[in-house]
Amino acid sequence: MNVLEILNLTVTFDTAAGPFKAVDGVNFIVNQNDILAIVGESGSGKSVAMLAVMGLLPNTATITADKMTFEGKDIQDLGERERRQIIGKDISMIFQEPIASLNPCFTVGFQIDEMLRAHTSLNGRARQARAIELFELVGIPDPEKRLRSFPHQLSGGQCQRVMIAMAISCNPKLLIADEPTTALDVTIQKQILDLLLDIQRQNNMALIMITHDMGVVAETAQRVVVQYQGRQMEEAGVLELFENPQSLYTKALLSALPERAEGDRLPTVSDFSDSFDAEGATS
Amino acid sequence: MTDTQTTKVDQSVVKAEARNAQLQMLQEFWHYFSANKGAVIGLVIVGIMIFVAAFAPWIAPHDAGQQYRDAFLMPPVWETGGSWKFILGTDAVGRDMLSRLIHGSRFSLFIGVIVVSISLTGGIIIGLVAGYFRGWVDGIIMRVMDIILAFPSLLMALVLVAVLGPGLVNAMIAIAIVLQPHFARLTRAAVMSEASREYVTSAQVAGAGHMRLMFKTILPNCLAPLIVQATLSFSTAILDAAALGFLGMGAQPPTPEWGTMLAEAREFVLRAWWVVTFPGIAILVTVLAINLVGDGLRDALDPKLKRS
Repeated sequence: MNVLEILNLTVTFDTAAGPFKAVDGVNFIVNQNDILAIVGESGSGKSVAMLAVMGLLPNTATITADKMTFEGKDIQDLGERERRQIIGKDISMIFQEPIASLNPCFTVGFQIDEMLRAHTSLNGRARQARAIELFELVGIPDPEKRLRSFPHQLSGGQCQRVMIAMAISCNPKLLIADEPTTALDVTIQKQILDLLLDIQRQNNMALIMITHDMGVVAETAQRVVVQYQGRQMEEAGVLELFENPQSLYTKALLSALPERAEGDRLPTVSDFSDSFDAEGATS
Repeated sequence: MTDTQTTKVDQSVVKAEARNAQLQMLQEFWHYFSANKGAVIGLVIVGIMIFVAAFAPWIAPHDAGQQYRDAFLMPPVWETGGSWKFILGTDAVGRDMLSRLIHGSRFSLFIGVIVVSISLTGGIIIGLVAGYFRGWVDGIIMRVMDIILAFPSLLMALVLVAVLGPGLVNAMIAIAIVLQPHFARLTRAAVMSEASREYVTSAQVAGAGHMRLMFKTILPNCLAPLIVQATLSFSTAILDAAALGFLGMGAQPPTPEWGTMLAEAREFVLRAWWVVTFPGIAILVTVLAINLVGDGLRDALDPKLKRS
């Protein structure tokens, strides 16, 4: 079943210099159990597209799409109240900066409890039990004690685990991870990715991973969407993409990987920009 | 049977745990607060003030309005001519200074509490709305605040009292209105910087509505500067009320309000130093103590300043 279906999504911002198209004609379909990676350099509209789906963009943004459905339900013209019932429960999101994503004024236990209180009908003790269960699930040692900690008392990796626990607390059908490992060091990155994949498999949920790290893509994703300057350059299975990239931009992106460098100079994407700038405009 | 027993045990454990957690938080608060010695001293003085204010009629040796016709301008006990009957001397109509100061503490605390509550509540709501919604709402609110701020505060309070009529209640309303834009500005600035933080977005992702975002997510994170401002304003309120009293626009004689006492004593500054010195010292000590407590509160309450 299609969890999320997006057809020709366009996001335009009103700026002082006139309208600016941040996302231009993006299409993709996410099925249950799918792991989709969206890759692209900074400013390519990866996050904006996802924020548009969540309805979190400021008023200056105009969102248009031919089709934008979640589980067959149109989420374009939802009222705020109905949108809030879906968001957080069925679609949830993890952000780049784990420490900044937690409210510094409350204990993590309180924040996870808030989430459960808003979206489930569990009573106080059941919520407490569920919170402990979630913390065990994401691998936080001594959960009873950690629930009473404030975000500043936890490390970045632990905060990201808390964020994941909060995001999956209501068994969402779709989890959007916006560069979940960028702010973490490499060993923790691996642990967090493994954790996300484990949880994805256990809960049969769809996962959208926004990243600019091709290593993360290769390791986790089943299908990949490549974005450049708001335009969708390519959508392919992960093996196809690495073995036989169709678009010139993807080729350039892959040849910019440090391990593919020859000689003593690292190639950059802009070395190839003449070739794919024209391509994006015509496609 | 065993089931119910275990649940009972569970419940008592849960309750004990909750109490423990609360105790721990209090302990933590005290740990950070007591690290600041000045704050502890301030707190002790404020505590004494509150005690004195609460039990004024029982502590004060004389009635605040009682005039002793045989003891005009009697000096304090350690000066020649002083007597143990009037420890801090008497004023120009023979009223005991100490008793008047003790009763005056009631007015000062009362003024501080009322003024700060009014201006804090008003300022927080106005600032929160302006900082959260931005746009034209923000524009209108902040321009009005700017206009209020453009007047010298005491002058503004004087004008308001002149319109409302002199008296302690009207003076408090006037001071609250004058102090309120400071809170509104402070709240707005804090809200604006907090509103763009990621945890607000993540609360939005969790499905929080406008009200919840404003009051539950953002506001607690803006409280630290507001607490400091509130304690500073507490002392400003006492000072302004004293100033209005001194100018004859605040509490009216024979109310033993400290500023009013200063005003009544004006003519005797050169002849009888005690009639102006003691109310002055009372104001000074109170204001200083409250400011010290404010500093300590900030150290203890701001999660960003904590290190653990």
